[in-house]
Amino acid sequence: MLEPILAAAVRRVSKVTTGSFSITDYLRTRGWRHISIVLFFVMVGMVIAGIYFATLKVEYVWRWYRVPQYFYYKDTIETRAEIEGEVAPLVTRGNQVEVTVRGDGEEETYTVPAQSVRVKEGDFVYGGDILGSYQKWKVGILVEGLWVTLKVSIIAVLLGILIGLFTGLARISGNPALRWTAIIYIELIRGSPLLVQIFIWYFVLGTVINNLVAQYGINQLPPIWFGVASLALFAGAYVAEIVRAGIQSIHRGQMEAARSLGMTYPQSMRYIILPQAFRRILPPLAGQFISLIKDSSLLGIIAIRELTKATREVVTTSLQPFELWFLCAILYLVLTFALSMLIQYLERRMAISG
Amino acid sequence: MVRAENVYKTFYTTHKIEALVDVSCGVDKGEVVVIIGPSGSGKSTILRCLNMLEKADRGHIYIDGIDILDPKTNINKVREEMGMVFQSFNLFRHKTAIGNLTLAQTVVRKRSKKEAEGKAMALLEKVGIPDKADSYPDNLSGGQQQRVAIARALAMDPKVMLFDEPTSALDPEMIGEVLDVMKTLALEGMTMVVVTHEMGFAREVADRVIFMDEGQVVEVGTPEHFFKNPTHDRTKLFLSQIL
Repeated sequence: MLEPILAAAVRRVSKVTTGSFSITDYLRTRGWRHISIVLFFVMVGMVIAGIYFATLKVEYVWRWYRVPQYFYYKDTIETRAEIEGEVAPLVTRGNQVEVTVRGDGEEETYTVPAQSVRVKEGDFVYGGDILGSYQKWKVGILVEGLWVTLKVSIIAVLLGILIGLFTGLARISGNPALRWTAIIYIELIRGSPLLVQIFIWYFVLGTVINNLVAQYGINQLPPIWFGVASLALFAGAYVAEIVRAGIQSIHRGQMEAARSLGMTYPQSMRYIILPQAFRRILPPLAGQFISLIKDSSLLGIIAIRELTKATREVVTTSLQPFELWFLCAILYLVLTFALSMLIQYLERRMAISG
Repeated sequence: MVRAENVYKTFYTTHKIEALVDVSCGVDKGEVVVIIGPSGSGKSTILRCLNMLEKADRGHIYIDGIDILDPKTNINKVREEMGMVFQSFNLFRHKTAIGNLTLAQTVVRKRSKKEAEGKAMALLEKVGIPDKADSYPDNLSGGQQQRVAIARALAMDPKVMLFDEPTSALDPEMIGEVLDVMKTLALEGMTMVVVTHEMGFAREVADRVIFMDEGQVVEVGTPEHFFKNPTHDRTKLFLSQIL
């Protein structure tokens, strides 16, 4: 099995060195490259091992096997009697069974899956006794958190693109009212920390809006709305500047040519300038949206249970912070990596079409 | 067809540049007018003022009887009837040659895709590069790009064609192919205003030549008059420098 491979290797080496093979020749040709590659992996291994042994020194016990339950777990669902009394004849309806408990002048009926029934006709049960019990797979808190992060990020990205596109166009508009509004918006948003903006959205605007809608008998808006709003407006300001730079990077002659053919300004933007600008703004846009996914971790402070908040909650109950924080980071990496792959795919596809 | 009356245009960049000073000129239907002059003489500026790519400060510009400096005029409607060819081609870089030709036809003229493509292919045939219909501008030579640009302008069935130094950015061996297309157009009776340094073209094709210097029209005349016995000293000096 190995022999033909070895023979091929020897043939290749002897071809390069024309018969006489020596270490110095090897080092001069491909040796350093190979040594560097080996060194790289040794280095990575040492860093990982270093962290591991350091944690052992502080007597941390790694329990990775405890982690999967936060992704999915078997939940036991029990149906308990609320009154005491005798079990009446069981009524089967398809997969379900109706258990009726007849007590002192009162009667309660519970529906449980057929296989899980724990009582039979004539049994006497007390309040709190188990009538039926079965197990069911459920998604864990980390998956729920990941889903919230994903949902918030996608909505904020889409809104951010819309806001950014229109603000970017307004920013280069000839109309002073539009242009100044855009400049003020961009400068306000870029000039303060996202954390502060989230607080303003939740504690200031949120309070005002919730009080106003309450006067019309509408329920309070959930915090996630304010979270998404703050992220979308934050991203929108940065996207606006990216869009503006992209449009301005397109040669003036493209607009002139379009206008000289009788196209209006909006038509020229839509058919000529924006398609060309879009290709150029994709890479910086990707960077912005990767930031947005990561910034969504701040939403935990306004009671939105996204990935970071979910991890914190798990850490407080599981007491396994090392595993969970590494895991949290890796899950963010999965999201951001998927996004950057998607954008690279888009870039390649646009490059093919001219 | 095209008439400019007492047009002024001043640019304010680092300092004040009076690009056009009291310029008046006219082009009749079917006429080929060539504007020549040293660089910075305002010849490109007057051409760009004719379709409002630059807005004249003062004066009147009439295109087919419409005063384009009147704020009530819809300039887009006027531009539909005027083709423009640029020094740097300005082809839409994200569109193929045929895409460049069909876009404005469908968007502005509201033609069907099929009709626009038929027209586009006929025009690419006319400028001699039907085989490049599906090429992107980056894969075309300068001469080919400029011919596509001319075809793009013609696709709108313009009444007037404006040429802004159409051969200045070309390698010498490609100038001929572009000038040939322009000559064909002139022979077909297209109204043309051409800013150029190609004296051969002016002599051969122009009905009238306008010489500009320092933002003013210095001399207007037929090519014979202009090249054989120019009246003004500045014209004589310019001709002696370039011929």
